[in-house]
Amino acid sequence: MTTLDTGTKAPAKKRALSFEWLGVAPFIVFAIMFLILPTLYLVGAAFVDEKGGFTLANFAGLGTPQIVAAYWISIRISGASAILGALIGLAIALALIRGKLPLGLRAAVMTFSGVASNFAGVPLAFAFISTLGRLGLATVILKFVFGIDIYKAGFNLLSFWGLTITYLYFQIPLMILIIAPAIDGLKKEWSEAASTLGATPWQFWRYVGLPILWPSFLGTLSLLFANAFGAIATAYALTGSSLNIVPILLYAQIRGDALQNPGLGAALAVGMILITGFANVVYLVISARAERWLK
Amino acid sequence: MKQSRFWAWLVFGVGAAYFLVPLIATFEFSLRMRRGYYSFDSYASVFSDPKFQQTFTYSAVIGLLSIIVGILIVVPAVYFVRLRMAWLRPYVEFLTLLPLIIPAIILVYGYIRLYNSSSIIPFTGSAVGTDILLTFAYVTLALPYMYRAVDTGMRTIDVQTLTEAAQIAGANTPQIIARIILPNILVAVLSGAFLTFAIVIGEFTIASLLNRPAFGPYLQNIGANRAYEPAALAIISFIITWGAMSMINLLSRFAPRTSARTD
Amino acid sequence: MAPFLRVENLVKSFGTTTVVKGVNFAFNKGEFVSLLGPSGCGKTTILRMIAGFENPTSGSITVDGQDITNLKPNQRQLGMVFQAYALFPNLNVGDNIAFGLKIAGMPADQRRARVEEMLKLIGLPGFEKRYPYEMSGGQQQRVALARAIAPRPRMLLLDEPLSALDAKIRVSLREEIRAIQLDLGITTIFVTHDQEEALSISDRVVVMNAGNIDQLGAPHEIYNKPATRFVATFVGHLNTIEATVVSASKHQVNIDGQIVTLPSLPDGAVTNAPISLTLRPEVLSVGERAGSDITLTGTVSDVTFLGSVIRLRVALGKNIISLDTFNDQRTAPPARGDAITVSLASKDLLILEN
Ligand SMILES: Nc1ncnc2c1ncn2[C@@H]1O[C@H](COP(=O)(O)OP(=O)(O)O)[C@@H](O)[C@H]1O
Ligand SMILES: [Mg+2]
Repeated sequence: MTTLDTGTKAPAKKRALSFEWLGVAPFIVFAIMFLILPTLYLVGAAFVDEKGGFTLANFAGLGTPQIVAAYWISIRISGASAILGALIGLAIALALIRGKLPLGLRAAVMTFSGVASNFAGVPLAFAFISTLGRLGLATVILKFVFGIDIYKAGFNLLSFWGLTITYLYFQIPLMILIIAPAIDGLKKEWSEAASTLGATPWQFWRYVGLPILWPSFLGTLSLLFANAFGAIATAYALTGSSLNIVPILLYAQIRGDALQNPGLGAALAVGMILITGFANVVYLVISARAERWLK
Repeated sequence: MKQSRFWAWLVFGVGAAYFLVPLIATFEFSLRMRRGYYSFDSYASVFSDPKFQQTFTYSAVIGLLSIIVGILIVVPAVYFVRLRMAWLRPYVEFLTLLPLIIPAIILVYGYIRLYNSSSIIPFTGSAVGTDILLTFAYVTLALPYMYRAVDTGMRTIDVQTLTEAAQIAGANTPQIIARIILPNILVAVLSGAFLTFAIVIGEFTIASLLNRPAFGPYLQNIGANRAYEPAALAIISFIITWGAMSMINLLSRFAPRTSARTD
Repeated sequence: MAPFLRVENLVKSFGTTTVVKGVNFAFNKGEFVSLLGPSGCGKTTILRMIAGFENPTSGSITVDGQDITNLKPNQRQLGMVFQAYALFPNLNVGDNIAFGLKIAGMPADQRRARVEEMLKLIGLPGFEKRYPYEMSGGQQQRVALARAIAPRPRMLLLDEPLSALDAKIRVSLREEIRAIQLDLGITTIFVTHDQEEALSISDRVVVMNAGNIDQLGAPHEIYNKPATRFVATFVGHLNTIEATVVSASKHQVNIDGQIVTLPSLPDGAVTNAPISLTLRPEVLSVGERAGSDITLTGTVSDVTFLGSVIRLRVALGKNIISLDTFNDQRTAPPARGDAITVSLASKDLLILEN
């Protein structure tokens, strides 16, 4: 229906066409200058050695134990916070939408999710230090009221689990925001049809509900992964540079050439782009598949 | 039926605890500055810190500039892509998704190396230049959200018909955008604006790496050096984010309803 | 024979509004019954209570001697077809049809055979591997039908299954549904707001009005002997003539100045009181006809040519009535403004309660 194109106003066509380009040009120039070129520059720099010649040594340099360890812990934290965030977010969204909870509750949770998913960065780190830090309220209450000393038990906010729990604060709400429309898309008739055919609620979810949500779930999972993988502010504010995750390593490199090799820094960045890019390609492929169903 | 509601409440309750406890704990902590009893001293200390005022003002100004630049770049692009350049759409959408794929730290790394003081466009060569670069960086960060907000706004008002009606009435293209389209998508644009503000106001990575006196690096600095003020700042930040999001919610009530036509 | 489905004093309230107000009916095994009524009269609610998706506020539902009022939907062994098809989008046609069989634990090879049989029944052999989004609405609805009947349910419930389809397919598919139903002998409840649909394929029709049953009967009974004014107006076209009683004892009434004698008057009619007479368009004839005992004269105010039938609007004075005449190829139809005489048999007048 929207194909009433330029052909209908032939005389004005030329002028209109230049207007179109004038309108789109700032966007395109902007995207080239601030998205494409900087990225391409880094990709190029990753293949250049210190004397300006072509090299693959920078990528080989990624194999040093320190960098491999950084990637590994980054992937683990991002993976854990994405998987847990996606599962918990899905459970909460399902409870809200399909669990017959009061309607007002849903609106409140959606608003809160909008806030919490944007409440990342430095303040989030402060909040978790106040909660689960050595003197945090939860730590203290657990210790003096319930007699559980989580720090004695091996917990540390500045660790894999500490960071994962902190990241969940924005991962879960993001999942809720993205998956809620998909859950809304589950028609009431599907579960009713399943139940007239003899299926229990669990069988409905097993054979119909969850398979339909699966692509959205996987897609959002990869989005959450990328989201956590690139995040630095929370981790930096929480741990300073004591936790060796890739973005913090890169941050140190940018600040003071910590790796003492700009090419290696670029390779580190390219490695990050490859990982988040891969996660997003997964997202795009999966969501295209999901849309086909829901036509 | 009873059972499913029980599980729903249980899941909701556990979730609510996870999200509320840190807020309560942070608030409680922020009140503990004075030994022995609760006080708002940490807040007083924060608000009276000239650094707080300076950095917050700086970030707010950069945020506003980012919003204006973002609108100027996104609105015409979305309008023409919707109206006459549908073939560009997938490319534009891809570009607007890039900031979600490429982490901010990588973008800023690219900027620093590409636009250093000895390059053709030496943004980082001067303070003003760096401010401009920071603004553009924030426009980039907010691009996915601004684009989506404006695109949704234009979809609901059916730009095509509005434009044709305006053309018949004799309006030219800039007039159409300024007088017809913008007022009609104002709510959508404002939603994008508030979201941009929420993202930008406490942003740390880019501001810190560009060495600008912004609110995010200030927060980090306070966090490293003070005990109770960070908790107060976390609460203040949460309230700012909450305010921006409530504005979006409030605005959505004034959004034009979808017109009959769908596409 | 004991009825197969019995619904007793069924009431459903949502909050303070009661949408089903104590309905009773009993259907026999193998019967095809339509629930007919305007939108919002409670048809879907009744069907959903039978299916188990809504709990009745009070009343009971018995199927084949078993009280199912408090049974969960998945224990009722009923098949249901929805207006919007409601095929599972993640499963192909074969898996959709086999869903109920799989839940019931039927082995895979038997399932395959049953799916094949079902596809043949609905005229879509070889469609196993298609996905719902690859099929037209009519095809999807056939698959939905096959899915509902594959596990051999005790009863088939259809909620406006044809409303989302276009006119041609609507007619052909309703005949197909009826043929399959007769073939399998399955007791069927068919909800619709389309009177033609209900009358054309049902053994019996339940006409509903605002949460109550106005009439339950065979299609010809509903049409020819409507129990209430509502049924008469909702099912088919109805002429209403406003008249005045001239003499209650002699059964004489005045229709726009023409005095007519009726065989009887409704209870409570008194001299000089206004009275409404109702009649179907097809009981009126142009000119005098054998068996007619009432003759009226008027002017043709409108002529609608419908092919085999011509619908005339005749002004008797203030009253305007419609009547249908067959198209006679040898004579021209009446023209607007023509004077015309119409006649009817007084026994064809419908005496209706308000
Ligand atoms: N879940 C519900 N809550 C409140 N009112 C309802 C609900 N379901 C149906 N109704 C109301 O009950 C009445 C009958 O609805 P329904 O049975 O769907 O009518 P029909 O199928 O005959 O069109 C309508 O007025 C409808 O608004
Ligand atoms: Mg209905």
